Amino acid sequence: MHEPKKDIISKLQKDILLWQGFTPPAAGKAKGVGLGPLESAFPNKVFPTGAIHEMLCPDREHTAATAGLISGILSSLMKQGGACLWIGTMRRLFPPATALFNIEPDRMIFIDLQRERDVLWAMEEALKCEGLAAVVAEVREISFMQSRRLQLAVEESKVTGFLLRTDLKKLTTTTCVARWKISPLPSKLDEGLPGIGFPRWQADLQRVRNGTPGSWQLEWAGGQFMPVEENIAAKGIGYEPARVHTGEFMPEETRMAG
Amino acid sequence: MNWYFLLKSGPDGARSNYPKMKKRFLSLWFRHLTTDWLTLRRPELRDTPFILAAPERNRIIAMAVNPVAELQGITVGMASADAKAMVPEIQVIDDIPGQNYKLLKALGEWCIRYTPLIAIDMPNGLLMDISGCAHLWGSEHDYLKEIVTRLRSKGYDVRGAIADTAGAAWAIARFGRVKPIIEPGAQAEALLTLPPTALRLEPVVLNRLQKLGFYAIKNFITLGRSVLRRRFGSEFMLRLDQALGIEDEPLQLLQPVEPYSERLPCLEPVRTAEAIEIAIKTLLVNLCHRMAGEGKGVRTAILKCYRVDGRIIQTGIGTNQPTHHVIHLFKLFELKISTIEPALGIELFTLDVPKYEDVSSDQEALWSPEGCGLTDTSLAELLDRLANKIGAGNIHRYLPQEHYWPERSFKPAISLKERPATSWRTDRPRPSLLLNKPERIEVMFRIPDYPPSLFIYKNKIHRIEKSDGPERIEREWWIEDGEHRDYYQVEDEEGQRYWLFRLGHYTGDQSKQWFIHGFFA
Repeated sequence: MHEPKKDIISKLQKDILLWQGFTPPAAGKAKGVGLGPLESAFPNKVFPTGAIHEMLCPDREHTAATAGLISGILSSLMKQGGACLWIGTMRRLFPPATALFNIEPDRMIFIDLQRERDVLWAMEEALKCEGLAAVVAEVREISFMQSRRLQLAVEESKVTGFLLRTDLKKLTTTTCVARWKISPLPSKLDEGLPGIGFPRWQADLQRVRNGTPGSWQLEWAGGQFMPVEENIAAKGIGYEPARVHTGEFMPEETRMAG
Repeated sequence: MNWYFLLKSGPDGARSNYPKMKKRFLSLWFRHLTTDWLTLRRPELRDTPFILAAPERNRIIAMAVNPVAELQGITVGMASADAKAMVPEIQVIDDIPGQNYKLLKALGEWCIRYTPLIAIDMPNGLLMDISGCAHLWGSEHDYLKEIVTRLRSKGYDVRGAIADTAGAAWAIARFGRVKPIIEPGAQAEALLTLPPTALRLEPVVLNRLQKLGFYAIKNFITLGRSVLRRRFGSEFMLRLDQALGIEDEPLQLLQPVEPYSERLPCLEPVRTAEAIEIAIKTLLVNLCHRMAGEGKGVRTAILKCYRVDGRIIQTGIGTNQPTHHVIHLFKLFELKISTIEPALGIELFTLDVPKYEDVSSDQEALWSPEGCGLTDTSLAELLDRLANKIGAGNIHRYLPQEHYWPERSFKPAISLKERPATSWRTDRPRPSLLLNKPERIEVMFRIPDYPPSLFIYKNKIHRIEKSDGPERIEREWWIEDGEHRDYYQVEDEEGQRYWLFRLGHYTGDQSKQWFIHGFFA
């Protein structure tokens, strides 16, 4: 009785995904971006390329962590030889540091603008350029209409876009496929060793279109993302799990997913 | 047989080395150039006699005389005292040196709508190479009429003449009495009755001719060449030959003609953005067709819009790679259309290509690999579009540089094609974000020469849990003076990672020594 219904529902869900443009990867061609278990949050369990991701960066520490995670994702997106554009008005990104995330910094092109509205224009133009690996833009404010324009551009060209939102007071509904918040976590070294370990982040997926939001811990070690299994909070290193968000975004998320 | 008759019997014989197209020249003579200009500026002077005077050898000499004064017998070169004696109410106005050149340049630029080859003919004329231009206005007669009436309606008293040579056109414009247009090959006949002054000769030679009683060109043109050369010098022969068309006369062009240039005159002045778009597209299609045929591509292009009110609106584009792709170039100009102000209308568009290069015709791949590299055309076109809107100075790409000093560890790349000369260093920790200028922080530390135990940045206390370092980076003394930096990587209790440094060695006073320079991922 229940089994056929479940089948029908999962079939319908797959169809809806297909109609919404999420094609399941062909057998053997599924290539992630190395995010490990985090990718299971997305529809079809694949990190959506050809879409726009929204990253919340309230301060410089978060921006630095986000830059690290994006660099890690970019390194796998740029493997095919594509170039990447980084657009912003107040760029602080240190190009040589991206080399630590397996990117050749000379394949990144930086567009430094004076005016905020030029950023969105430049991003839209760049997203229309087929073959770019990714476009990253730092924006304070974006309206739903402007995000639709970006969405239309990526649907055509299949370029992946990242929006770094620097002003959290101006968050509105957008067409972005996911909303992330990357926070730095204390690094961990083997007992007794001095110094600082590999960079470690808390990746909160606050909303995912057709996916399941959640929270993951990642580490960039040995040139790739490594999931962090142990629960740091349990060990009492002053980390509090993403309690702030759960109340806020979950209802909306269920609405979106439903 | 005399050389002159040879010329007469076979006018083509002398010009046989130009078999392709008959050259035609138009000479414009502004009889009262500077006074006309002043009358336009000050209409109250229209009916009063005035001269423009300048001191010369301790005398005030009339440099230009307006038509009213001319009627009363005042001539150029007369002393202003004499002129005042003859016409007591005459006004003497200071002449502005160089004014006639400025006026001729402006008038010449205005005349570019009729032909691209225009030369200034000091002190009061323009010479135009109109080969192949006149038929666009119907005939040479209509062409000349159009130019002269339009200049006269603007208020300049002008005479014009068309002939096979610049010299003959010059002579007919100033001394011709019969007709302004000399048929091809007939310039020798037309010159016969003119005085020798019409040959643009030196005053010394003119005096000599006068003394010998040669009052018209026909008096001496039948003499032998060797006789003439001996008596009047080679300069005289050159001028004579140039007028007759035996010698070529190169013009000093007002605007050098670009090898790749397109013109689009409009029948009616255009004012709308759509019309400008159509004009640009038409120009680009023609230009790119030609450039593609010759394997060239645009690097910079300049669009000039000649407005009805005489202004020229200019806008330019640049590209990263030579291209003759019409759609791409049009997109670049499209961004600029809003800056073109048509005012009363634009009557001529020209498109020049001051910088062009060979297009490297890469073999097109049958299937394109995923992702476009830096050399990809679509990326170059994207950057062109961005550069034309926001300025090329805002687009950066960096290459590694062999310096430890963090601010100098990378340098801007000159072009998209430039490859890194050295590899990027990954053996040292470097922060994801680097502040343009290190910012001062307040620190507290337990042991000297150790990383601090806490620091205050932007009024926030960060307690340091873990740290690494120091990494000493010496200042490059051959570049700048100053103290070294000891960098520490620190992590605070929230897990946020920073790059701090102490400037110089440890001293007792730590308040001015510590800085934050970056944020680690």
